[in-house]
Amino acid sequence: MLDDMDRRILRHWQADAGLSPGELAERTGISAGKVARRIVRMQEAGIVAGVGAIVDWAALGYAVEVSLRITLDKTQGNAFDAFLEAARQVAEVIEIQTFLGRVDVRLSIIARDMAHYQAIYRGKILTLPHIADIEALMHVARIKSNEALPL
Amino acid sequence: MTPLDEIDHRLIRSLARDATQSAGALGRHLGLSQPATWRRIKRLEEAGILRGKHLRLNREALGFGVTVFLGVKLATKGRVSLEDFERAVSAIPEVQTVEHVLGLYDYRLRVVARDLADFERVLRRRIMTLPGAGAVEANVLLSEERLPGPLGL
Repeated sequence: MLDDMDRRILRHWQADAGLSPGELAERTGISAGKVARRIVRMQEAGIVAGVGAIVDWAALGYAVEVSLRITLDKTQGNAFDAFLEAARQVAEVIEIQTFLGRVDVRLSIIARDMAHYQAIYRGKILTLPHIADIEALMHVARIKSNEALPL
Repeated sequence: MTPLDEIDHRLIRSLARDATQSAGALGRHLGLSQPATWRRIKRLEEAGILRGKHLRLNREALGFGVTVFLGVKLATKGRVSLEDFERAVSAIPEVQTVEHVLGLYDYRLRVVARDLADFERVLRRRIMTLPGAGAVEANVLLSEERLPGPLGL
């Protein structure tokens, strides 16, 4: 289990994932050797999964982002598996989540503009198997996006 | 900016997976020199395409067993400013993301909690008391996958 020192390291690292172990040592006031050992231990324990670059799709020309909340036809035994397998093949789908609640699945879709979105929606989404209902939420702005855990 | 090529796309995908790779190691993989790789990374950063780095943590291993997405509708539009709501909701530590959306809801929140009892506490004490919060719909996250997206296909 984690102690206060681990948490302190993670809090600073979460706030700025680009920090090196040396910089983390400086910010946390913990010795560099200790920080390095703690990081290795947390990686080995599967607590730290890695550091990834954040890709800004809008800067890449994908100005439109839509959340599609989908209800599946659960009378079909394989509805979930068949739907998810097909949704993974759609290049513009960047996120797939499944839920317990009013909605079964949510897809995040990116598109260059509304015409492109329309083409994806008609050609690649409505053709996915076992859809009973779809609701769309159009993304306007990201107010908070750091996905930090309250450690 | 000159258009991105196939190598840029591979670079973006590779860094999205692991941003700790050195320019030298990435370059060997892509058949580029270290300085050429570095220049490409700089260019992508300056264009805002690579927008910082994200530490991926295992939520369950850290004791956060429940992730819930909330759709929030504002009850008193016009009377409470969006800025007030956004400031208050962003300040809640358990709220990981806040998105302003158009459609059935006004905002979409991603909330983490230790368990369902903890989630109920956050919902009652923090979310329901937000200025202007109206109808709230909750969906508990069961599984999640992030896909590489339309680059280089």
